[in-house]
Amino acid sequence: MQLNPTILLIIALAPLVGAVVAGIFRSQVGRIGAHTVTIAGVALSCVLSFYVLYQLVWGGAESYNANLYTWFQVGGIDAHVGFLVDRLTAMMMVVVTFVSLMVHVYTIGYMAEDDGYQRFFSYIALFTFSMLMLVMSNNFLQLFFGWEAVGLVSYLLIGFWFKRPTAVFANMKAFIVNRVGDFGFLLGIAGVLYFFHTLDYATVFAHSEALSGKTLEIFSGNPWSAATVICICLFIGAMGKSAQVPLHVWLPDSMEGPTPISALIHAATMVTAGIFMVARMSPLFELSETALSFVLVIGATTAFFTGLIGIVQNDIKRVVAYSTLSQLGYMTAALGVSAYSAAVFHLMTHAFFKALLFLGAGSVIIAMHHEQDMRYMGGLRKYMPITFVTAWIGTLALTGMPGFAGFYSKDAIIEAVGESHRWGAGYAYLCVLLGVFVTAFYSFRLLYLTFHGKERFVVDHGHGHGHDDHGHHEPGHLAHDPHESPAVVTWPLMALAVPSIVIGALTVGSMLHGDYFGSAVRVAHEAGEGAHGEFVGWFQTMLEGFVGAPFILAFLGFALATYIYLFNPAIADKTKNALYPLWNMLDKKYWFDPIYQAVFARGSVVLGRGLWKGGDVGVIDNVLIDGSAAAVARTAGVVRWLQTGYLYTYAFAMILGLVFLLGGLWWVVGK
Amino acid sequence: MMQSLLSILIWLPIAGGFAVLALGTHRAKEARWLALAVAVATFIVSIPLLTGYDAAAGTMQFIEQHRWIAAINANYHLGVDGISVALIVLTTFVTVLVVLGAWDSVHDKVNQYLAAFLVLEGLMVGVFCALDALLFYVFFEGMLIPMFIIIGIWGGPRRVYATLKFFLYTFFGSIFMLVGLIWLYMQSNSWELSQLAALKLTLTQQSWLFFAFLVAFAVKVPMWPVHTWLPDAHVEAPTGGSVILAAIMLKIGGYGFLRFSLPITPDASQHFAWLLIALSLIAVIYIGFVALVQEDMKKLIAYSSVSHMGFVTLGIFIALALVRVSGNKDAAYLGVSGAMVQMISHGFVSGAMFSCIGVIYDRMHTRMIKDYGGVVNTMPWYAAFVVFFAMANCGLPGTSGFVGEFMVILASFQSNFWIAALAAFTLIIGAAYTLWLVKRVIWGEVTNDHVAKLKDIDAREALVLGAFAAMTLLFGIWPEPLTHLMDASVKHIVDQLLVVKAG
Repeated sequence: MQLNPTILLIIALAPLVGAVVAGIFRSQVGRIGAHTVTIAGVALSCVLSFYVLYQLVWGGAESYNANLYTWFQVGGIDAHVGFLVDRLTAMMMVVVTFVSLMVHVYTIGYMAEDDGYQRFFSYIALFTFSMLMLVMSNNFLQLFFGWEAVGLVSYLLIGFWFKRPTAVFANMKAFIVNRVGDFGFLLGIAGVLYFFHTLDYATVFAHSEALSGKTLEIFSGNPWSAATVICICLFIGAMGKSAQVPLHVWLPDSMEGPTPISALIHAATMVTAGIFMVARMSPLFELSETALSFVLVIGATTAFFTGLIGIVQNDIKRVVAYSTLSQLGYMTAALGVSAYSAAVFHLMTHAFFKALLFLGAGSVIIAMHHEQDMRYMGGLRKYMPITFVTAWIGTLALTGMPGFAGFYSKDAIIEAVGESHRWGAGYAYLCVLLGVFVTAFYSFRLLYLTFHGKERFVVDHGHGHGHDDHGHHEPGHLAHDPHESPAVVTWPLMALAVPSIVIGALTVGSMLHGDYFGSAVRVAHEAGEGAHGEFVGWFQTMLEGFVGAPFILAFLGFALATYIYLFNPAIADKTKNALYPLWNMLDKKYWFDPIYQAVFARGSVVLGRGLWKGGDVGVIDNVLIDGSAAAVARTAGVVRWLQTGYLYTYAFAMILGLVFLLGGLWWVVGK
Repeated sequence: MMQSLLSILIWLPIAGGFAVLALGTHRAKEARWLALAVAVATFIVSIPLLTGYDAAAGTMQFIEQHRWIAAINANYHLGVDGISVALIVLTTFVTVLVVLGAWDSVHDKVNQYLAAFLVLEGLMVGVFCALDALLFYVFFEGMLIPMFIIIGIWGGPRRVYATLKFFLYTFFGSIFMLVGLIWLYMQSNSWELSQLAALKLTLTQQSWLFFAFLVAFAVKVPMWPVHTWLPDAHVEAPTGGSVILAAIMLKIGGYGFLRFSLPITPDASQHFAWLLIALSLIAVIYIGFVALVQEDMKKLIAYSSVSHMGFVTLGIFIALALVRVSGNKDAAYLGVSGAMVQMISHGFVSGAMFSCIGVIYDRMHTRMIKDYGGVVNTMPWYAAFVVFFAMANCGLPGTSGFVGEFMVILASFQSNFWIAALAAFTLIIGAAYTLWLVKRVIWGEVTNDHVAKLKDIDAREALVLGAFAAMTLLFGIWPEPLTHLMDASVKHIVDQLLVVKAG
């Protein structure tokens, strides 16, 4: 059975139609029209994506791979736009459209009072289209297309509140840092074309073995393995998009954007594009041990060290953002030990529970009138029970409570890293294990500071009811009691809570131990994956989880957070003072930002100014041009005459000169 | 009519220009409408060129040949291949937008202003279809005259300096070319480009000629280090002048390399390809950094133009290295096609960027970045266009700005990893200078009263920017029609390179 290409096209284009209508005809369709048309488009995509997944998994449909149209054809090289839909793609499509749909609905509540309502819906629908083009691509070119298109939408959405200086700085920073990654990515793509003479996935992957043994002379007389160079270049792209150290600096700042997009773009979908890309290119990455070790070390470093920063953050969204960085590190580390299925599995479970956590944070932010500092929260559980319960569910999933979604995927990653013998695996194992403790600690800290303990905000009754969107009021002061968010906000929370609990248990068998991905991911050395024992069923796995090292570490993190933030809050400050240098290092985020600012941003400006004033103006203009003009003036005195400024004189002189030349020529040669 | 289509395309706008001139300075309204009619008519006449050209053949078509100056064997010989067709239609298209763009912003001697552009259009079309070297030279020099006038009369306060610099540079360049052409004529007793290409020349002879041509075309492109006239010319030029300069006139440099340097001096071109590649990379990176620190919007975009044109020369000369050294013809086609696509795309994107600057210059009478800030608050539709063109300027996929750069980088990698890496650096630096500009001008709170009083674009401005945007988007998501139009012609040029002429 074949998938219907028309359905695939509708899946991709329906959100685009919504985006165009809501964006260009914003004043004609109005608010209701804008959210109706975009939600209808994304809902259609979502339903059809589920249908495609059903067809592929239960309906016996074959993977679909065909070109839509030729993008260019030059000589023997051509590039196309087309779709490759296998089970990996279908899973991504379902995740993207489902989370996107939830976020669309949620936005009705979250952005209700924002002037840019239609614009926002247009952007998130455009994002959904771009992301679908990325995951459905059947070639490297279109992948890059989607890759940069989601970057564009991310730019627009981080800077959505364009009046805020921090927002318009953050969006520029995000775009440029991502461009550093794309620089590598593009070179990787160029390398693929060089060695395979095509950009088509199927052809490249079918002949990927041809790359082994090939070399590329990067430094003369020092040939490098072509597979290593290409894979590292491609992975640099993933480092940008999936925010891996040292290109992670843009993601925390991206929290300047409205919360729904933090959930959709900067947690659930776009940032996982790098993970998806490496998994998709597993046939290439399997050719290079070096590249995979590189991936592993970068991933593990990100997993542990960015998680640590989450501990000292007070902004509720930033805690979740650092948590996202850390989880992306886990996925990357899994890729590095060839556990592609585990990485993609975690990508999926993470998409649900992290979207849930972000949207939950957003719900809290609505209740707190756009106050994001947890030091002014506390005790919210009695005001907003649905947000409270779903946040707990998300946290349990994130920290890997046995039975919850994140447990299956994260344990699989830790196990795979532990069993790997790849260079760097020892260090990585330490990072991902300790990361579990850190994750539990910052996650429960967030829960306790937000929902438990004393109320640290003040309600000024009858103190003006001006509803201020952007939180310019005194910190921690509310005009009235916080209350649960409206149904358009809580329903998506509940809808996301369900998969956050069950999706792991439901799919662990087929995704991790079965043959769900089939040939979509390829593992060269079986040692990397599947070495772990027989699958004993989700329930037995859950029971075994309670005695594993990760659970014990998570429990310690939970216990410590509980003790400090629930029973003895004073200890937090004491510890901070005792460990000030460490705290300061985390608070300053290892000084990445000031160093980058000084070296790259400042350095570029200084260099540019030097080249401009020194090179262009100093040498070329002053010495060469004006110098020769002066020399001409000295010898012939013509420049003063020319400088009369009378343009017709010049023009006339030129025509005269031309006539002279032609006439002379005629006279010399014509005779 | 089809037999003399090219002549019509040259002489219709020139005659129309003189008709507009004849209206006199006091009938501005009539001058505008007549100029628009002439420009639109010329554009419509250029459509059959696009539809009637047999792209699969890739040969010279729409040939016209008449004796011109019998005594020196010079002919009025016109013809176009796919490359010329693309550039000519770009010229007629952009001229319409320039006439529209000047509607409300030029009030002084309107008829002369518009006449200059129409005459310029005809001369530029002439450059793109002349197959006789002397005829080419006449158009090549002739087109400078209206541009001098445009900058010199409607330009800014330092227009005399800018015009003089422009004059010195281009005159210096073209005089060498003329000497080279005369020498070639003496060798072959012909000005026919095809005959000159067939002429056997030693490497030394070719090298002299190569440098003579190089000076002329490098100034036009402009390549580093002969680019410093461009920022000054742009800053002083009125909006229309900048648009034509960036969108069309710079392309004549790249076109010259393809029509003269490569076919006539292939061995010398190969010999010195390393130099041209190095200069191109310097243009991409060095100029990128210089663009970053500009305080004048027009200067910034002017430097950005130089940086982008680096891809044109890189694509052309990387092709030489590829086809001659490694025999990699497919990659060579990709390089030259990329260069051509970049030229066309840059025509739309830079034309649009200069038009965008013109829109706010008309309102604020300043080009300084620091005088702006938060324009999006008062001009949301304008801001949407600027962000779109900014994205095209930093080569976002889905816009035409991506296509050419992508192809050239792919081709470069096949020659050398480092050349590709240096070229790809534009991804970072291009984004940096463009988005920083957008950040300072478009985003943020309204910074001053002048910005607060800005009115969003009117229908005419929306039409101009919308037309540019449509083309940028079309060739971004579907460049195939463009590459198809030029493919066979590009192959022809590259295949010619395989013939060793020396020795």
